[in-house]
Amino acid sequence: MTRPRPEPVQVVKQRRDAALSALVHGVPYIRFLGIEFDRRGDELTAIMPYDDKLIGNPMLPALHGGATAAFLEVTAIIGLGWSMLWEEMESGKLDPLAVDAQHLPRLPKTIDFTVDYLRSGLPRDAYARARVNRSGRRYASVHVEGWQDNRNRLFAQATGHFLMPPPRNG
Amino acid sequence: MSDQKAKIARQFIEMIPHSRALGMRVDFLGDGVAEISMPYDEALVGDPQTGVIHGGAVSALMDTCCGAAVISHPAAMSATATIDLRIDYMRPATPGQRITARAECYHVTRTVAFVRATTLDEDRERPVATATGAFTVERAREETK
Repeated sequence: MTRPRPEPVQVVKQRRDAALSALVHGVPYIRFLGIEFDRRGDELTAIMPYDDKLIGNPMLPALHGGATAAFLEVTAIIGLGWSMLWEEMESGKLDPLAVDAQHLPRLPKTIDFTVDYLRSGLPRDAYARARVNRSGRRYASVHVEGWQDNRNRLFAQATGHFLMPPPRNG
Repeated sequence: MSDQKAKIARQFIEMIPHSRALGMRVDFLGDGVAEISMPYDEALVGDPQTGVIHGGAVSALMDTCCGAAVISHPAAMSATATIDLRIDYMRPATPGQRITARAECYHVTRTVAFVRATTLDEDRERPVATATGAFTVERAREETK
């Protein structure tokens, strides 16, 4: 029994990074907040680099609660969209080369989103990771954790429910 | 609320960098009530296929508006911070339309302010989103004793 030779690592990485980039960079609001995603295998870490326009309390100063909420919501939606895209890509159902700004996979829609503010957001870079706790045909539940300097000291966390996009090709 | 206090609160809110970046405008401030609106902007789009604004931008508007309702409450709070905020999205905001949030701080204890808010676009009958939240209460020093 012979297995086909695995693809060269650069080819695999390039394909995955291109798909992620199309997913993230097609959304104007993600660019507005300056959020980027770091990928290790299928694991994503969202990064929101510090910017003066993210401040909500200039006296402290502290990040705006709305900027924090938006950051966690973006992380949840991209995390969920990415997990769907990953499966389609790995199973060969989707040609990743066809994923570009014009042919973006439909993203899930937020039904509700609850944010816990645990500490005030410091004026520095913020990080977040999403965990898809359940992903059904119609609904999904996603938890997100956000931190800054220390991974173990969350400054915010959130749980959201999402409506899944209708499946491709009808 | 006195005109003087409303003026200070309005200036305070309109000086918030993130609110300015989103183009927020304070339309009304009363006792524990605030109305803040935000213009449609292509930079805030969350779904490029439909041009619908991102939920996160709606969250930022509601968070600001809830905070504004807290600081305009007669219990005279100088500043506040969000403890938790839950947003329910009823429908996508219509692209091109201004969205307006109205928040009401409906109960205040010594330490916590409870707030609810609704966001509408030009269709005043069907809400775009609603929110409920808890905020910290930071009273002016002389009142704490």
